[in-house]
Amino acid sequence: METFDLLMGGFAAALTWENLAFASIGVLLGTLVGVLPGIGPAMALALLLPVTYGLDATQALIMFAGIYYGGMYGGSTTSILLNTPGESASVMTAIEGNKMAKGGRAAQALATAAIGSFIAGTIGTLLVAFFMPTLAEQAVKIGAPSYFAIMMLAMVLVTSVLGSSKLRGFIGLFIGLTVGLVGLDQSTGQARLTAGALELADGIDIVVVAVGVFAIGEALWTAAHLRRRPLDVIPVGRPFLGREDWGRSWAPWLRGTALGFPFGALPAGGAETPTFLSYITERKLAARKGRSDEFGHGAIEGVAGPEAANNASAAGMFVPLLALGLPVTATASILLAAMQKYGIVAGPTLMTDQSDLIWTLLASLLIGNTLLLVINLPLAPVWAKLLRIPRPQLYAGILFFASLGAYSVNRNAFDLALLLVFGGVGFAIRRFGIPVLPLILGVILGPLMEVKLREALDVSGGDVSGLFNEAIAIFVYVLVVLAVIVPIVLARLKPPAELVPEMQEVDR
Amino acid sequence: MDTAVRPRQSDRAQYGLALALALVGLYTAFDARGLTVGFGDPVGPRVFPYVIGAGMILLAVLLVIAAARGDVPEAEAGEDVDLTTPPDWITVVKLVAIMVLNLLLVNVLGWAITGAFLFAGAAWALGSRTVLRDLLVGIVLSVGSWYFFYSGLGVPLSPGILDGIL
Repeated sequence: METFDLLMGGFAAALTWENLAFASIGVLLGTLVGVLPGIGPAMALALLLPVTYGLDATQALIMFAGIYYGGMYGGSTTSILLNTPGESASVMTAIEGNKMAKGGRAAQALATAAIGSFIAGTIGTLLVAFFMPTLAEQAVKIGAPSYFAIMMLAMVLVTSVLGSSKLRGFIGLFIGLTVGLVGLDQSTGQARLTAGALELADGIDIVVVAVGVFAIGEALWTAAHLRRRPLDVIPVGRPFLGREDWGRSWAPWLRGTALGFPFGALPAGGAETPTFLSYITERKLAARKGRSDEFGHGAIEGVAGPEAANNASAAGMFVPLLALGLPVTATASILLAAMQKYGIVAGPTLMTDQSDLIWTLLASLLIGNTLLLVINLPLAPVWAKLLRIPRPQLYAGILFFASLGAYSVNRNAFDLALLLVFGGVGFAIRRFGIPVLPLILGVILGPLMEVKLREALDVSGGDVSGLFNEAIAIFVYVLVVLAVIVPIVLARLKPPAELVPEMQEVDR
Repeated sequence: MDTAVRPRQSDRAQYGLALALALVGLYTAFDARGLTVGFGDPVGPRVFPYVIGAGMILLAVLLVIAAARGDVPEAEAGEDVDLTTPPDWITVVKLVAIMVLNLLLVNVLGWAITGAFLFAGAAWALGSRTVLRDLLVGIVLSVGSWYFFYSGLGVPLSPGILDGIL
C-alpha cells in the first residue's frame, strides 16, 4: 500500500494544468515525429530533446513520457498504413496490420493497436512501480564487480541474440566502445583519442551520436536509395472496435503484455523477441480454434498481441534503467542522457535520493499513456495524412531539425561537423548491415563499465579475483556463458524449421 | 543466409570496411601508449583502449575471413528505401556539401539564414523543384526556431549578421 500512496503523491505532483499541457504537447509532438516514415521512437526522442531545455526536471520528464509513448504509437501507425516498419519492434505489427488495412479494416487495426498499447503500457508501468522499491533495495547491495558483470551480460545479449550476424553485432559494439573512449580519462584526467582537439575533451555527447547515426545516417542512406514511385497510403477514418473485435482482442493484449514485460525488464535488448513470440502464440491459438486461415490475411489477434508486447517491453525497460542505471535499448540510452542533463543519476540510490522524481515520472508515464489514447484515436486521420508529405521536404526537414538539435547543445559549429561524421558512420552501418543498438549501448555502457572495472580492481589491489568475489557476479557470468553457448548448441541440434518461413515473410 | 541461393555473390567493399576498422583499432591502441599510469592505480587508463583496440583489429580480421567466404551484409531496408537501384552518390554528395556549408557559415551568417538554406538546399538536392516554396518554408522554420530557442527556451542560437535585427 505504501507504493500506492507514493504513486498517488506522484500523480499529485504531475497533475497540474500546466503539466497536463506539457504532457499533451509531448504526446502530440512525439506522435507527429514518430509517425514520419523512417523515424522510430529513439530518433523521435533524440530529435525532440532540445525542446525540453528550458523546463525544470519534473516538467521535462512529463514531456518526455508523452514524447516517448507518442513516438511508439506513431511508429505502429506507420507500419499499419504503409507496411514498412520503421524499427524491428513493429515488424510483427506490420504483417497482419497492413493486411487488415488493405482489407478495409485500417480503423480497427489502429484501434486495437492503440488500446492494446494503452493496456500494456499501463499494466507495465504499474508493475515497474510495484517492483522498483524492492529492486532498488536489493540493487544498493550490488557492488562494482556485479555491475561490471551485468553490463557484460547486457552487451553480450544485445550483440549476439539480436540480429542475423553476430560478427556485425560485435563490430557495432566496438565502434560504440571506441566512441565512448573519446575524452578525458575519468580518474586521471588524461586525454584519450581526442587528437588534440579541445572540443573533444568532454567526450562526445550521446545526443550528437544518436542524432547523427539515426537521423543523418537515415537521411543520407535514404537519399542514396530514394524510392521514386509514390507509396500507397491507405486512407483511414476514426478508429473504432466492434463488439467482435473487442472479444478477439482482449486476450491477445494480456498475453502480449505478459510476454513483453519480462523481456523488457531483463537486459535482453528490446521488443524484437517478445513481439515475435506473441505473434507465434496468437497464430497457434487461432489454429486451435480453427481460425488459422485468417492469419496472413489480416487477423486482428496478430496486431493486438505484438503491439501489446511491444509496449509492455518498453515499460519493462524502465526497471533496469531506473534501478540499476543501465539502459538496454536505444530509447533508454537517450532517456538516460536526458536525465543526466537534469542532474538525475539513475541507479540504486535514485529511489532514496530523488524518490519524488521517480514517482512523478511513473505517474507521468501513466498520464501520457492515457492522453495518447484520448488524443490519438480521434486524430488518426490527421496522422495518416502526414504519411503523404513529399519525400524531399520530409528528409530536408529531418536534416534541418537534426542540425538544430546538435547545434543547440553547445551552440558550436564543431558539433555540426561531428554530427556529419556520425551521419557518415550511420550511412556505413546501414550499408554494411551493422546493427545500431550495440553501437549506441557501447557508447553509453563502455565508460560506465570502465569505472566499475577500476573500482572493483582498486579494492582488490589489481588482483583479477576482485571481479569474481560477489555471488551475483558469478551467477551473471554463468548467464553470459550460457547466452553465448546455448544458441550455438541449439542451432547444431536442430534447425529451427518453424521459424524459417516466418522470417522469410518478414524479410520480404 | 542468401549464400545458398546466390553462391557467387561477394561484396568487396567489406574489405575496405575491415581496413578502416583495423586502422581505428591500431590508432586506439597506439594513442593509449602515451598515457601515464598513476602510482597505486592497478588498472590505469590504458587497459580499456588496449582491449578495445585489439578487439577491433580482431573483428577486422574476422570480417576479412567472412567476406572472403562470400558472406554478404544485409543492407538496411526502409520505408522510402529502394535497394534494387544502384546507390545515387550524386544526391549524397550534394547533401553532404550543403551540411558542410551550413557548419562553416552558421557562426558568420547566423542560424536564421543558414538554417533556411539548409532546408531548401536539402529539398532541392533530394529532387524538389518548388525552390521558392521550399525557401519560404525554410525561412519560416529557421526564423521560427531561432525565436523559439531565444525566447521560449532561453538559448540564443547564433544570430550572425542579423544581430540586432532579430
